[in-house]
Amino acid sequence: MINAVKRDIPDYLLKNGKEVYQGKFYMDGKYVKKASPKTRIYEKPQESKLVRSIAEALRQCEAKDGMTFSFHHHLRNGDYVADMVMKAAVEELGLKDLVVAATSLGDANNLIADYIEQGKVVGIQTSGIRGKIGEVVSKGMLKTPAVIRSHGGRPRAIEAGEVHIDIAFVAAPTSDCVGNCRGTGGKSNCGSMGYAMTDAEYADKVVVITDTLVDFPNYPASVKAIDVDAVVVVDSIGDSGKIASAAARISKNPRDLMMAENVAKVIASTPYFKDGFSFQTGVGGPSLAANLFLEKYMDERHIKMGWAIGGICGPMVELLKKGKVKKVIDVQDFDIDAVNSINQTPGHFEMSASQYANPANKGAFVNKLDFVVLAALEIDTDFNVNVLTGSDGILRGAPGGHPDTAAGSKCCIIVTPLTRGRMATVCKHVVTVTTPGDCVDVLVTDYGIAVNPLRSDLIKNLDDAGIPHVSIEFLQEKAYSLVGTPDDLQWEDKVVAILEARDGTILDVVRQIKPFKI
Amino acid sequence: MTIEKSAVAGTLESSDAMVTVEPGENGVELDISSSVMNQYGRQIKQMVLETLNRLEVKSGKITVVDKGALDCTLKARVECAVYRSCGKSEKNISWGGTIR
Amino acid sequence: MIPRPKPQRFRLRRTMMFMNAQKPGLIKDAYIYGCDSIMLDLEDAVAENQKDSARFSLYHALKSIDYGDTEVIVRINGLDTPHWKEDVRVCVAGGADGIRIAKCESASDVKAVDAAVTDAEKEFGAEEGRTLLMAALESPKGIINAYEICTASERMFGVAISGGDFRKCMQTKFQADGIDLIAARGQMLIAARAAGIQCFDTVFTNLDDDEGFLAELKQNKAMGFDGKSLINPKQIRPVHELFAPTEKEVIQAERIISAYREQAAAGVGVFTLDGKMIDIAFIPGAERTLKLAKACGMYNGGLV
Repeated sequence: MINAVKRDIPDYLLKNGKEVYQGKFYMDGKYVKKASPKTRIYEKPQESKLVRSIAEALRQCEAKDGMTFSFHHHLRNGDYVADMVMKAAVEELGLKDLVVAATSLGDANNLIADYIEQGKVVGIQTSGIRGKIGEVVSKGMLKTPAVIRSHGGRPRAIEAGEVHIDIAFVAAPTSDCVGNCRGTGGKSNCGSMGYAMTDAEYADKVVVITDTLVDFPNYPASVKAIDVDAVVVVDSIGDSGKIASAAARISKNPRDLMMAENVAKVIASTPYFKDGFSFQTGVGGPSLAANLFLEKYMDERHIKMGWAIGGICGPMVELLKKGKVKKVIDVQDFDIDAVNSINQTPGHFEMSASQYANPANKGAFVNKLDFVVLAALEIDTDFNVNVLTGSDGILRGAPGGHPDTAAGSKCCIIVTPLTRGRMATVCKHVVTVTTPGDCVDVLVTDYGIAVNPLRSDLIKNLDDAGIPHVSIEFLQEKAYSLVGTPDDLQWEDKVVAILEARDGTILDVVRQIKPFKI
Repeated sequence: MTIEKSAVAGTLESSDAMVTVEPGENGVELDISSSVMNQYGRQIKQMVLETLNRLEVKSGKITVVDKGALDCTLKARVECAVYRSCGKSEKNISWGGTIR
Repeated sequence: MIPRPKPQRFRLRRTMMFMNAQKPGLIKDAYIYGCDSIMLDLEDAVAENQKDSARFSLYHALKSIDYGDTEVIVRINGLDTPHWKEDVRVCVAGGADGIRIAKCESASDVKAVDAAVTDAEKEFGAEEGRTLLMAALESPKGIINAYEICTASERMFGVAISGGDFRKCMQTKFQADGIDLIAARGQMLIAARAAGIQCFDTVFTNLDDDEGFLAELKQNKAMGFDGKSLINPKQIRPVHELFAPTEKEVIQAERIISAYREQAAAGVGVFTLDGKMIDIAFIPGAERTLKLAKACGMYNGGLV
């Protein structure tokens, strides 16, 4: 069946009420019954939940074949926990047919890729998929198609019971003996633990894994003891060098800066740019650099930013410290400056992924967002964005909060160079639609700015401010004139991944790529 | 032209290509690897063969390691490698003639 | 192939940005930053054993990339090298707008390149006289001979000083106040103006010293330079901002030209505007101001 972004979704996927994507806000106003997890009654006072090993925690939680284990990716490429848990489950308990439900998977999870190849892991649910694991799934080695959801779509699916987590594993930089966890105070700090919160609340069992046991109560806690079954202390939960990068610096690349400046110009031309405005930006070169130029316009017009959300890094913390933004609320911290700031700098708070981006609650932060500045691997002439599949058709990206912030914000700006090497970023058809074009408002490239024709108000704002803009077709043609018209990718029939829109409908599928022969 | 000795042109930097030519007896043996194989492999092959044809290279082993080079760069690297293999790359190039 | 219009000997050249002709990633779209001219470099940026390869790459770049209104100049290797003659051939064959002669020391250097260019124009069927020349003065001898260099060829549109080499010859180093180059800059400017061609200042190499760059630019403008050689796109904007006329200057220039044309049509050559005497001598300056204003986006009228 063809959906609202013109993608053909195989009918066999449309069962049990599953629908194809119908356009943004399709589910607005509907009611949904939340799933309820099991909990255990701990009436008798209990000294400690410490258990000796991950294997013992798995046994205590009655881990079985076919279960769904959840993980969160705050430790990023430095994460040891997901692989440690899967190793214990497969090698020590001999489990099989497991499903991994993660907030993102990447280079830290090569062991899981091996277990997919061995058929021990049969399902993947994630908001990001990179590295070897993306390659093996793309090769069709996973038994069932991977399900990819946005950061908001994932808690929606969990709360609706579409994803049932049997055991959630929380990688905690610090924990006390009953499972109150925080992202700071230990040796592998990550700051916010926002992505772990919904998992811990909705899983039947929760196991905390930490390398730094602290005195009770470890407060204010991100994941709370009331949800935790067991606490395991290990030597190390991650490689701190790969968890939070050294302080993020604003790019010096002149191309990035040129685009960033145009992003700030566009923002400043809209009526939403007024005292108290809200903002989110990515950490890519031009996105992050937009901070710098935005600050100039804020100073010029004597206005302050009301609040910023997102994954956060140093430059935004700097604005907070200078009093130019009043509050920063985040689900993840990307660099040392942000990790050290959360809950320390007045006004810097933590939130859950559901609070951040879930379309099926009564008001996520993204719904109040004025501006979001995002990157793209590809964007097509319908303004559909791909941040998941590479030009070779391999899974190597992450929708993350992209579709959520694009849909919720008043003005969504995509910033990307027109070409990367020989890749046309602005193209006729993206390989995979991860963010639908009706949520994307402005495209800023190094060859010009294009505004979505759906936003005649923004077109007028740019015209009034004297900001030149062109059609997105002009940019696409310019790109092809530079790099040549790309050949279409060749696909097998087999679907290797299903891409869910944030509301749970099916936005696109990724099929297995045919090996290229010259 | 006849490939007289092994020669290389280009680099492995992004947007460039490294082209190696070696003497051979069995016609043109072409080996291409590219970071943009799925979308541009066919066009890269076509461009390299066209260029070799224009230079009248009938035989030799040609290895292209492409890092997303545009057509104009690919052409330049193939031509330079072939001219270098004949020791003719330094002067009196037929700009606009054989090289076009 | 992208046909390029005949190069204009006199045009706006506030910013000339150097680019390594051997780096495909750089030269494919250097014009997007909005400099007036790009300078594709075959000389210092290209290693001795890559000169041949750089020429192949330059030829196809010249032939296949649409540089739009951006002027394309190529810096060729010095006349004391075995490379420069082939450099000239590839520039002319590829249709570069102009050639920058490195380490130019005398009128005979210019004449040698001029002759090679003429030969190449004949060989490749280009319009004779199409290819422009400029000279880089890099030594005391070059500065002393500035006037003969400036007047050595009809193709010459400008001269530039190359600070790095010149300072070495003079046994001095970069000075923030410009005292190291003050005499050379002055002599070159006087020669260029006497010859009626343009004059460009050297590169500023410390990319982190924004204040120093701005100070040097202010001095360049005060001395009367037409523009500056640049090594990074981030340097373009400050030059364009500083070299832009003030709004008052633009309005004044517009009034002078309109009034002059009106009066001239009525047969009047000299008249007064706001109590100031105006005649034809004011017109070139006023026109230059308006052209500059147009390039800076400050003037949209039809007078220039």
